[in-house]
Amino acid sequence: MDFYGINPSVLIASLMAASVPIMLAAIGELVVEKSGVLNLGVEGMMIMGAICGFITAVETGSPFLGFLGGALGASVLSLIFVLLTQVFLANQVATGLALTLFGLGLSSLVGQGYVGIKPPATGAIPFGPLADIPFFGRVLFRHDWMVYASIAIIAGVWAVLKFTRAGLILRAVGESHDAAHALGYKVIRIRVMAIVFGGAMAGLGGAYVSLVRVPQWTDGITAGAGWIALAIVVFASWRPWRVLVGAYLFGGITVLQLNLQASNEFPIKIPVEYLAMSPYLITILVLVIMSSGRGRASLNAPASLGQNFHASH
Amino acid sequence: MFILEKRPTPSKFWAWGTPFLAVVLTMIAGSIMFAVLGKNPFEAIRTIFWDPLFNEQFAAYSRPQLLVKAGPLILIAIGLSLGFRAGIWNIGAEGQYIMGAIFGAGVGLAFYPLDAFYIFPLMVIAGAAGGLLWAMIPAILKTRFSTNEILVSLLLVYVAENILASMSLGLLRNPEGGGFPGSRNLSQYDAAANHELFAGTGMHWGVVAAFIAVIASYILLQRHMLGFQIKLAGQAPRAARFAGVSPNKLVVLCMAISGALAGLAGVFEVSGPAGQISIDFNVGYGFTAIIVAFLGRLNPIGILLAGLLMALTYIGGELAQFMLGLPSAAIQAFQGMLLFFLLAVDLLSNYRIRLMLFAKEAR
Repeated sequence: MDFYGINPSVLIASLMAASVPIMLAAIGELVVEKSGVLNLGVEGMMIMGAICGFITAVETGSPFLGFLGGALGASVLSLIFVLLTQVFLANQVATGLALTLFGLGLSSLVGQGYVGIKPPATGAIPFGPLADIPFFGRVLFRHDWMVYASIAIIAGVWAVLKFTRAGLILRAVGESHDAAHALGYKVIRIRVMAIVFGGAMAGLGGAYVSLVRVPQWTDGITAGAGWIALAIVVFASWRPWRVLVGAYLFGGITVLQLNLQASNEFPIKIPVEYLAMSPYLITILVLVIMSSGRGRASLNAPASLGQNFHASH
Repeated sequence: MFILEKRPTPSKFWAWGTPFLAVVLTMIAGSIMFAVLGKNPFEAIRTIFWDPLFNEQFAAYSRPQLLVKAGPLILIAIGLSLGFRAGIWNIGAEGQYIMGAIFGAGVGLAFYPLDAFYIFPLMVIAGAAGGLLWAMIPAILKTRFSTNEILVSLLLVYVAENILASMSLGLLRNPEGGGFPGSRNLSQYDAAANHELFAGTGMHWGVVAAFIAVIASYILLQRHMLGFQIKLAGQAPRAARFAGVSPNKLVVLCMAISGALAGLAGVFEVSGPAGQISIDFNVGYGFTAIIVAFLGRLNPIGILLAGLLMALTYIGGELAQFMLGLPSAAIQAFQGMLLFFLLAVDLLSNYRIRLMLFAKEAR
C-alpha cells in the first residue's frame, strides 16, 4: 500500500517524531505567553538546548541525562531574558531577538569540539507484541519515550491551565497584570517561573533535534524551528491541544517534503530547494488565515502580552 | 533597598552615555569569555579593537575593510531604525538583502558580456526593487490581514536562503564554472562591477549610499513631517491616530524603505566585495544590523558610529581568529552580548535608581 514509494504508516510514524521539537518549544512558549510575556528567543533557547543536551549525552553516555542537560542549558539562557525583561524592564521584542542572536553564537562556540560525533541512541520503547499490530503498531508503538512524553506534557499544561488554581493565577497575570497585582499575586515571580518553564521546554525540543532527529551536531541545527514554534502558538490561538494539531501539521509537511525529495517514483520533479522552503511558506499561509477575518487569533491573545510590569506603588 | 523610579522624560545624559557603558561592559564580559576559552583576554581585546586600526603590520589591509564591512551594516540599520522607531519590527532584513542581491545580480548577468554604462545603475535599481518587493510581503499581510510582521519577515529569510541556493545551483550558475555552484564573478565583469572608488580606502558605491542614507534619514527625522509621524506613532500610537496618522501607511512606508535599503546593500555587496551569487554569500549582515540599529539608539549619527564599531569587531574577530586561534563563533557571541548589555543599561535612561535605606519614611 505505497503511494509513489511513500508508505503511509511510516509517514505518520515519522511525522509524529518530526513534530516533537516544535511541539515542545511551542507548548513552553504558550505558557510564557499566557503569563503575558512575549519571548522571541525560542530559536536561541532551542539551539542552546540542542548543544547542551548533545554534550551531556555524549559525555555521560545517557540520552536521558542529555535531555535533562538540554532543558537545563536552555533555562539558564532564559534566565538572561528574565533578568533583562523582568528586572531591567527592557523591551521584550528586542531582548528576545538578542537571545536568539546570542544563542546561535554561543552554541556554535560551545559545540566546536563536537562536530561529527554520534550521540548515544535513544531507542524505541519495547511494546512487545503491540508493536507488531499491522499499521497501528508501526504508527503508535514504535516510538522513543520523548514522543509520548511530549504528548503527556501537552495534556499536563492543558489540565493545569484549565483546572487548577495555579493555572487561573497564571492566566490572570497574563490578562491584566495590574489587577493580578492588586489582588496580591506576585506578578514578576509568576512570570519568571513561566519563562524558565518555557526555556526548559525549548531546550528539550532542541535536544530532541540534536539527539534523535538529526542525530549530530552542526551549527544552526534547529534551522528556524523556534520561529515555527512561535507561529504555532498563534495558530493554536493559545490553546494547548491545538498546539498538538499545529505541530503535527507542520511535522507532516516537513516529513512529506523530505520523502518527496527522496522519492524517485513521484511523477512531478520539484527542485529540492522549493520543497525545503515549503514548511516556512505554509507557516506564513496559516498565520495569514488565522489572523484575518472572523477567526481572528489575536482576539484570543492574552491582553497583557508583551507589556512589562512595573509596580509603582 | 533599590527602588526604580520612572523618569518623567528620558535622561539626555544617559541617552548618549548608555552605548558607551554597554561597550565597556561587553569588553569586560568578553574578556571573561576569552579567558574561559584559554586566551589572554588583554591580548584578545587589543587584537580585536586596536590592531586592525593601528598595528603597522595589519592596518594597511584592515583599514579599508572597515568601510567595506560598515557600509552594508549602516545601510540596513538605517532602514530598520525607521521601522523600529514606529514600532514596526522588520527583522527579516537578511532575506531582503539576499533578494536584493539576486535581483541585482540577475539583471547584471542578463546583460553579460555587453559593456554599457547603464548596466550598473540598472542593477542598483533592480536590487532596491528586489528588497522592497520582499519586504512588501510582510507589510501587505500586516495591513490587509493583521498578520504579525515579526514572524512573517523572519520566516521569509529561510525562504530567501532556499531561493539563493536554487539560484546559485540553477538559473544563475556560471555556465563556464565547470559545474561548481555559484554565478559568474561580477567583480570581473567591468560594466557590472562595484569597484573601489579610491584605491586603498575601501570606499565603494555601497558606502556612498550608506552615507547618503544617514544624511537623508537625519533630515527625515528632524525636519520632515513623515519623520515626526514615525516618532509619534512609536511613542504614542493612540495620539498618532487622533492626529490623523494612518498606521497602515506607516507600515508600508517603513517596510518599503528598510526593504529597499537592505536590497541595495545586497546588490552592492554581490557586485563588489562578495563578487558572486553563491550558496553562502550572505554572512548575516541583516541580523547584525539589528544590533547596529539599537547600539546607535535608532539615531542616524549613532548608527553611523555603531556600524563602524561593529565592522571593527568583524575585522578584529577575523584577525583574532588568525592570530590567536579565537573561534569565529566567539565574535558572534560577543556581538550578541553587546545587545544584552545595551538593553540592560537602557534602564538608566528611563528610570532613576534610588537607594532606599529608610523605606518607610520615604513613602
